[in-house]
Amino acid sequence: MPAEPPIDSPRRLFEAYELLAAGSTRPIAGGTDVMVAITGELGPIPERMLDLSRLEELRGISLEQGALLLGARATYTEIRRSTVCREHLPALVEAAATIGAAQIQNRGTIGGNLANASPAGDTLPVLLAADAVILVGGQRGEREIPVADFFLDYRKTALAPDELILQVQVPLPRGRSLRFRKVGTRRAQAISKVVMALAWQDLGSAGWKDVRVALGSVAATPIRARATEAVLEGAGPTPEVADRAAETLAGELQPIDDVRSTAEYRRAVSARILHRLLRDAGGW
Amino acid sequence: MPTRTLTPGTETVERALVIDPGQRVPGRASGFPLRREGPAKLTGAAKYTDDLVFPGAWYGITIRSTEARAKLLAIEPDPDVDWSKVVLATAADIPGDNVVSLIKDDQPLLVPVGGEIRHHAEPVALLAAPDRETLRQLKGRIKLVTEALPPVFDPEESDHVFAQYEVSQGDVAAGFAAADLVLEGEYRVGHQEQLYIENQAMIAVPGEDGGIVIHGSMQCPYYIHKALKRALRLSSVQARVIQEETGGGFGGKEEYPSMLALHASLLALKARRPVRMIYERHEDIAATTKRHPAIVRHRTGVTKDGRLVAQDIEVVMDGGAYCTLTPVVLSRGVLHAGGPYRCPNVRLRGRATRTNTPPNGAFRGFGAPQTEFAAETQLNRIAERLAISPADIRRRNVYRLNDTTPTGQVLRESVAAEEVLEQALGASLYERVRERTARDAAQRRGSGTIPAGTLRTGDDRTATGIGLALAWHGAGFTGSGEVHLASVASVELTADGRLRVLTANTEMGQGTKTVFPQMVAAELGVRVDLVEYAAQDTAEVLDSGPTVASRTVMVVGGLTILAARKLKAEVEARNPGVPFQEAYRDDAQAHGATRIDQQFEPYPGVVFDDETYLGDAYPAYGWAAAVATVEVDLDTAEVQVRDVIAVDDVGKVIHPILCEGQVEGGTLQAVGYATIEEIKLQEGRYLNDRLATYLIPTALDAPHIRSILVEAPYSGAPHGAKGVGELPMDVAAPAVVAAIHDATGVWIHELPATPEKILAALRAPDGGGARRKGAAAA
Repeated sequence: MPAEPPIDSPRRLFEAYELLAAGSTRPIAGGTDVMVAITGELGPIPERMLDLSRLEELRGISLEQGALLLGARATYTEIRRSTVCREHLPALVEAAATIGAAQIQNRGTIGGNLANASPAGDTLPVLLAADAVILVGGQRGEREIPVADFFLDYRKTALAPDELILQVQVPLPRGRSLRFRKVGTRRAQAISKVVMALAWQDLGSAGWKDVRVALGSVAATPIRARATEAVLEGAGPTPEVADRAAETLAGELQPIDDVRSTAEYRRAVSARILHRLLRDAGGW
Repeated sequence: MPTRTLTPGTETVERALVIDPGQRVPGRASGFPLRREGPAKLTGAAKYTDDLVFPGAWYGITIRSTEARAKLLAIEPDPDVDWSKVVLATAADIPGDNVVSLIKDDQPLLVPVGGEIRHHAEPVALLAAPDRETLRQLKGRIKLVTEALPPVFDPEESDHVFAQYEVSQGDVAAGFAAADLVLEGEYRVGHQEQLYIENQAMIAVPGEDGGIVIHGSMQCPYYIHKALKRALRLSSVQARVIQEETGGGFGGKEEYPSMLALHASLLALKARRPVRMIYERHEDIAATTKRHPAIVRHRTGVTKDGRLVAQDIEVVMDGGAYCTLTPVVLSRGVLHAGGPYRCPNVRLRGRATRTNTPPNGAFRGFGAPQTEFAAETQLNRIAERLAISPADIRRRNVYRLNDTTPTGQVLRESVAAEEVLEQALGASLYERVRERTARDAAQRRGSGTIPAGTLRTGDDRTATGIGLALAWHGAGFTGSGEVHLASVASVELTADGRLRVLTANTEMGQGTKTVFPQMVAAELGVRVDLVEYAAQDTAEVLDSGPTVASRTVMVVGGLTILAARKLKAEVEARNPGVPFQEAYRDDAQAHGATRIDQQFEPYPGVVFDDETYLGDAYPAYGWAAAVATVEVDLDTAEVQVRDVIAVDDVGKVIHPILCEGQVEGGTLQAVGYATIEEIKLQEGRYLNDRLATYLIPTALDAPHIRSILVEAPYSGAPHGAKGVGELPMDVAAPAVVAAIHDATGVWIHELPATPEKILAALRAPDGGGARRKGAAAA
């Protein structure tokens, strides 16, 4: 039984900012999350909606000055088809390919995945591992939020009510490797039980630096496993290091039992897929 | 789809889509009619219930309890709301008996004030309004005043027994005394949702005679007809039920449609206008029936060489809050609990009890998938303990001609258990693959790759396993069911020279509309497109029984063949020397309509005693074997079922493509049951009652299924058919679990075999030591 809240469809960013500043309105891009909520069964129906579909500024994927720039309205399908994404951030392409069905991928956007801030959002660990920066804007101006500071609590973000996500900026340091792994209930259209991204730069004999271990579905928000990162920083992907990293990760995570999986499974499988990624990296 | 009135030579769209028997055309449909309703479904022209327009119709919704168990003290509509613009119905508005008429009269259509709420989704009141927005606003403005009562969720702790059975043969104690090995096992299976594509949907239209016409999605028009007469005090004529295009049933539209039709009718009578009740998916999953969860305990005695000498089996089913069809589900479960194996000393006991969860009901397989999963897993565990191949232990025990079942039934004919077993073993190269998987497992064991109690990964990412299972499925209704039903099916030559088949059996995607005319046309010697299939409308067709229990082709199809034979004989007798196909049009002109109403007559020599549960539990049995190949991810314990060889003896294949479709669909549904389909409960409430959380296999999860059809005809049916719908559902799940064991060395005793359970079993302290014995010995 869909209700129909009033909806504004601005063509210019400043108009969108004005509408956001004027009061409670819910931005809608692909609508893959918002439209589920609009029945009212799963919480309050938005009083007013802000349609982003005419804001051309939020579109597009490009490569500029060594960074990948993704407009907030870049859809999963666009990411999958993007040559620059495939070349420079294939892990994000992999993540986008695991989200929902083709219809969802055609509608859903990276900005929406961030704003919805589900702990199970599949692109989010990739963005965390890649040190992405989120450009947001409003009448008070634009600001950049490192993605590591973006997720505050369960479905709570650093985005202010009068701000809009404009762009995701992913730095592309030379020599960085980034791997993605998702474990879901079935092979397509599954919300993840555990999702992980691992990034590092290999300095050869000096070991790995800037190691990032990011996970989804194991906490109230997408997280970085800092203690595990510390184990890996400056080390190489040897069997001993991998064992220690896996054990550290299992100790570090505090997942829960829910409708999709168990805490026990999530903890063990997080450790094991990290172990496997390290093993693959080490080639042993 | 409307019935057709084609004369020979007329070209219509429908005509062009029908292929004459014997006519060669490219593709696999060669020689068999295409699906009658197929073009309408493919082009989107088919009208499902929600597509039907009734001017002035209102929308209806259900106000449900939110408690698992409570006394209903009062229903209090918010006094600040103007209720005159809508219709609110409660139990007080029911003109007749407040029961959804089925086996027992325990389920009310609405809980009356003073009555007991028995599950959290129980209907308490109904609301109808001209638009959905009004309903959305008013839904929360009706307060239920209740007094909580202590709920029961564990079926073994419940003291309310819906049904219990005990069947025994021989001397079980003596059998165990003579056994070389006695093995015990406890197996559990959970709820499963039918998940038909089209949600439950009913539209009730009040008539001028005070009656009701129901348009809806259903399997059994006459079940609804009976329920309407009882609760609304209608005559047989005042109650009319019309099946609309139905998007799947799987048992889920056997009993629940009666409830929904009654709700829509109650509102329609009070509102004096048509009322539409179309469930959304969430409500459909939360409130309608599921497959019964069960606990099955086995104690089995075998000789060293693997011969069964004693089986003691206990089955406990969770009926949910009301009886529905539970006694018959339990009965079929118990009767199939030993598996398709000869055993001289058997005791089968079963009981089904009441819990404060939504009622469980019919679902493809009807009790048998639960108990046959247990029986097959138990037998596979025995084979492992005795170091006998799963194939050989079956060869030594499988039913053969003239063997006796636990009810004392002598299998006099149509026993194809060995045939399906050997076909499956041959087609899958079972023993060769098993040797290879055993070799791989031994190597992995040496390298410590299977990670017991560790967070490490091993050298291998995946392990492959192969698994075998065998099943039987009693054809048609259990015991004297068909005799009590006394179904009638008709074939008619109309006065204007058309041929029509009239039955109450519904098309829900499985092919009734295609195969009934096909069988009748073959009998009459006319082209299949000249035989019409009358609408499933209680004003037009007689009661040929429900479309359930894989009985449609076997029982009702048999009646249509007998009716066609009689029609042919009558017409040919009036027109000596002229074959039916040349005589019938002139015969109709000369003599008017001829209609044969064929009533079911008991199959010859089939005797069952409902009191003692002795005798011929079923007139015949279908036999099935499945060999599944799985790949288990050794890091995450994710299971991918890669291949299933499904071999099914259906007696007689009427339409190979539709028959294979049933085998493939049933196999996939069983793969889902085996691996991922799971309802989690909290305080009697389903936690995952949405499509985002109740997951079934996608196309990517579907294995390659190769179906091999076997024909061991049953002589009691004119065509020899024994049914196909449920058989494949019984056998694939234990085959998958056996394959998971072959890959990993662990036995999963509880469905679904999720990665969580497999990983926990692998990491269990005793997991490493005990789990490889069988493979090592093999």
